[in-house]
Amino acid sequence: MEIILLFLPLLASIISGFFGRYIGDRVSEIVTSLFVSISAILSIIIFYKVISVNYVNNIIIAEWINSGSLSVNWSIQIDTLSSVMLVVVTLISALVHIYSIGYMSHDSHKPRFMSYLSLFTFSMLVLVTSDNFLQLFFGWEGVGLCSYFLIGFWFKKEAANAAAIKAFLVNRVGDFGLALGIFLIFYLFGTVNYIDVFQQTPQLLNHEILFLGIRINSIDLICILLFIGAMGKSAQIFLHTWLPDAMEGPTPVSALIHAATMVTAGVFLVVRCSPIFEYSQLTLNLIIIVGTSTAFFAATVALVQNDIKKIIAYSTCSQLGYMFFAVGVGAYNVAMFHLFTHAFFKALLFLGAGSVIHSFNDQQDINKMGGVWNKLPYTWVLMVIGTLALTGFPFLSGFYSKDAIIEYAYLHTSGLGYYAAGVGILTAMLTAIYSWRLIFKTFHGSYNNGDLNIDKIHESPLVMLLPLVILAAGSLFSGFLFKDMFIEINLTQKFWGESIKFLTPLSTDHPPMWFILATPVIVTLAIPFSYYLFIKNKEILNNLIDLNRPLYDFLVRKWYFDELYDFIFIKTSKKIGLFFWKIIDIKFIDRFGPDGISNLIKYFSLKASKFQSGFIYQYAFMMLLGFSILLTFLILY
Amino acid sequence: MNFPILTSIILLPSLGALFLLFLKNDFSNDYKSSKYISIFVTFLNFLISLYIWYLFDTSNPDFQFVEEREWLKGFVNYKIGIDGISILFILLTTFITPLCIISVINTTKERLKEFLIAILIMESLMIGAFCSLDLVIFYLFFEGGLIPMFLIIGIWGGARRVYSAFKFFLFTLFGSILMLVAIISIYWLNGTTDIVKLYELSIDSKYQNLLWLAFFSSFAVKTPMWPVHTWLPDAHVEAPTAGSVLLAAILLKMAGYGFIRFSIGLFPVASDFFTPLIYILSLIAIIYTSLVALMQEDMKKLIAYSSVAHMGFVTLGIFTNTTHGLEGSIIQMISHGLVSAALFFCVGVVYDRVHSRIISTYGGLVSMMPKYAVLFMIFTLAAVGLPGTSGFVGEFLILLGTFHDNFLVATIASIGIILAAAYMLWLYKRVIFGKLVNKELLKIKDLKNFELIILIFLAIPTLLFGFYPEPLFNTIESSIKSLLEMYNYNLSLNINN
Repeated sequence: MEIILLFLPLLASIISGFFGRYIGDRVSEIVTSLFVSISAILSIIIFYKVISVNYVNNIIIAEWINSGSLSVNWSIQIDTLSSVMLVVVTLISALVHIYSIGYMSHDSHKPRFMSYLSLFTFSMLVLVTSDNFLQLFFGWEGVGLCSYFLIGFWFKKEAANAAAIKAFLVNRVGDFGLALGIFLIFYLFGTVNYIDVFQQTPQLLNHEILFLGIRINSIDLICILLFIGAMGKSAQIFLHTWLPDAMEGPTPVSALIHAATMVTAGVFLVVRCSPIFEYSQLTLNLIIIVGTSTAFFAATVALVQNDIKKIIAYSTCSQLGYMFFAVGVGAYNVAMFHLFTHAFFKALLFLGAGSVIHSFNDQQDINKMGGVWNKLPYTWVLMVIGTLALTGFPFLSGFYSKDAIIEYAYLHTSGLGYYAAGVGILTAMLTAIYSWRLIFKTFHGSYNNGDLNIDKIHESPLVMLLPLVILAAGSLFSGFLFKDMFIEINLTQKFWGESIKFLTPLSTDHPPMWFILATPVIVTLAIPFSYYLFIKNKEILNNLIDLNRPLYDFLVRKWYFDELYDFIFIKTSKKIGLFFWKIIDIKFIDRFGPDGISNLIKYFSLKASKFQSGFIYQYAFMMLLGFSILLTFLILY
Repeated sequence: MNFPILTSIILLPSLGALFLLFLKNDFSNDYKSSKYISIFVTFLNFLISLYIWYLFDTSNPDFQFVEEREWLKGFVNYKIGIDGISILFILLTTFITPLCIISVINTTKERLKEFLIAILIMESLMIGAFCSLDLVIFYLFFEGGLIPMFLIIGIWGGARRVYSAFKFFLFTLFGSILMLVAIISIYWLNGTTDIVKLYELSIDSKYQNLLWLAFFSSFAVKTPMWPVHTWLPDAHVEAPTAGSVLLAAILLKMAGYGFIRFSIGLFPVASDFFTPLIYILSLIAIIYTSLVALMQEDMKKLIAYSSVAHMGFVTLGIFTNTTHGLEGSIIQMISHGLVSAALFFCVGVVYDRVHSRIISTYGGLVSMMPKYAVLFMIFTLAAVGLPGTSGFVGEFLILLGTFHDNFLVATIASIGIILAAAYMLWLYKRVIFGKLVNKELLKIKDLKNFELIILIFLAIPTLLFGFYPEPLFNTIESSIKSLLEMYNYNLSLNINN
């Protein structure tokens, strides 16, 4: 069953990719959607087995690399962690496949698109079901590649191509860390299989190595390197710049890859490696700092963006920050819970945004929308549900997972923990404001699009709305239904089994009542506040912007990260490349090397040829000269 | 003595060439039959070498199929044989050559027969170099390969072909003269040039450093390593497609093979001593040429520079003194042989249509040439070293081995992986994606059948060995093991002295 689950998407991708031209658009759409849906059903069955009978399994498919002491297999490992990921990946993927049938209906490359989507699903499954670091790396690069293909899907758009390459390269920087982490793991443990590495970890606690001139604890170093990889994939601050640009891809891609699945791979990696990370307080603290910074940074940028997809992209970035600092405070299960609920409501928001964009004939600027809530009633309701869930409105899914993260940060009872909880609450407020800003500017107020008559705005077809409804159901109920299993303190150990390691059991205390109430109250109050700010009284907002122009620019320019990186890395590399080529290669090596030598020889032979002038008296003179020198020499010595 | 199967695969292409010599070079039946003969001969040679691989006993680390004949009475014997390392390079040679022939007979209009003869003789010499078990024999084959290559660049090349051909010749000749001196001195030191005997005798460690440097000068030029790499971009740019393919896929590999067989095998003490030098030059090659590749405007130059970077990984892996590093280097060489060959073929495809190698001429080819776009993408990704392609297995193992030896070197080398992605994907984007601006490209046709065959034949092993490299590991395993044992044994002897 696991093997069928894993290979159905690959098969679908091959059928659609290579034979799409012969079987037609409709058949490829149906084949890919059907196969991935079957995978989703199988995943749910496996998940159910895991819940009910604590099912674990490890299937070895084939040998991959066997060089010296390194031996790696292609394998499928099923445990609680991977089964949760299986459900998230295949379910969202199946819904996105179905949605794409409607969304891409005007595109002329449908089979190719569906093929990429299925291939992505396969790579993601390979990543989450791996039982060793190398197969994980394979899946890791595979999803990166599919992301590259899908971001650049509209290959005629220059911006899409640039974004695709940027995504690949920034991810490669992360991969650089991950690869070094894997090398170090192999160097220290002599194996890359999770189970062996995790078993041996406690033996290396006080082992130190000299790395690039720094003496550092080896477990700390492994964790930092792995975390760099996770930062790249999960778009954490400093390596986040690719995610907003990735919005150049078709919207279903953003929902699947850049919200629900691929970007959470980093969180998955850290949770998967909890048996190592638990021993590295240094890295966990680093993760808290990076996570909170990302959450805050991305939320502030999201406040002022005008592209509907970019707002949601920064929101994703911010929510990933939450997941990371949950990991940092040791609440791996809560991070996974937020990953799980986030997949539903963020996919819902993206697909809803896609529906809006579709209705507006590919318009993405929220300043050119507004007042269409009664034209797009279903989309509006669904988007509002998604927003409520995202902001953590009481009793929706985000409420359970996000508040739990903030609470566990508080219960961490350390300076960093309190700091994280504070930033968490502040960010929750910002989240609520920018999310409602999006809703109000998109659906309410006056209609602001001069290019398109408001009567032309139409609701999306059923094939697009149906997946949204399922996701909305997930956004509404997944928190409530699964909270006991994922984060209820007494059931946690039983549910997660061996797949997550807690060195110290999670705190069973409860934070004070005012603290628990703070977040829900703030996010609820944010609704009327945003309504007032963005619809009722825009004057205040404009005054605010005018007063704080530098700050506003700073946010609009996304804290100037792109400009900075362009200056430091891209321009410099190009300059150095040119210098090496034009100056060192051509002006130096060639000039003094081959060209120099041949010129030298030419020069001397030209000189030498002058002697052969053909005049006897010159020859006679030279003979005389030579003879007298020789004679002098002989006489003197 | 058994049937001299190795001699026959060395001689077979030359016999074919001899046969071609007597055919007329006009548009007659002879002209056609020269095509068939050359394809038949090279393909047959590939089948025979596959059969040798099949017969080859992978568990035996010794040289197999050894043939020995007296040649120059008393001091040089014609001695050939193969181990797990050489068989792979022979297979690579016999696999790439027929593909070159297919390309040549479909694209070359002038002096086709002579071109085919040059390639066939080249094949003989390259196979000979990979199975030589005597230094003098190796030298002859190794340097002999220069001559047909010189002619291929100088006669069928582009506008600046003469300059490039001479640059190529001078650079490589300079290195090899020192190697010849070293070979002669080895004869005077040990009384033999037989490699198997030299492995047993082991060369006095006080002479090793000088001898190592002499061999190094030859191999470094051919690899090519920084700073003696500048002949390669020029040679590639001017060479015809088939010439570039042979050069990148096989000629460069002779140097890597030479490092393993001679530098590591004969001079372990010196190899150990000079490892830092190799590390530094390899790192420079990886980073420096990657940055240079990034800025190239000529497709062939870009791929040529990327070859230097990839070979930098190879030299890095060879001197790590680890199983992973050495095995990775060999896999990387095989992989680079396939991938660089394919990339040069890819450039050849568009060059034949548009007659430009300048990147900015192109753009938006995907809508006109979808098949080409797919295959080009596969090789681009293999050059980037994405898991699932043969490029990944090699690079990963090399870095793993290097990491074992030196953290810093491995970390810097890993930056090369980021840069490789940058220049390859940027190249691909500028050629294949984007809007189709150049009007000339509107008439461009997708791959012809022969081009499709060549590229698919190269794509199959690239992907196969990415997912299942076991046949390669299995072949080289015992040879590498015994090589490393010998290496470390000699090192320990030297330390005890």
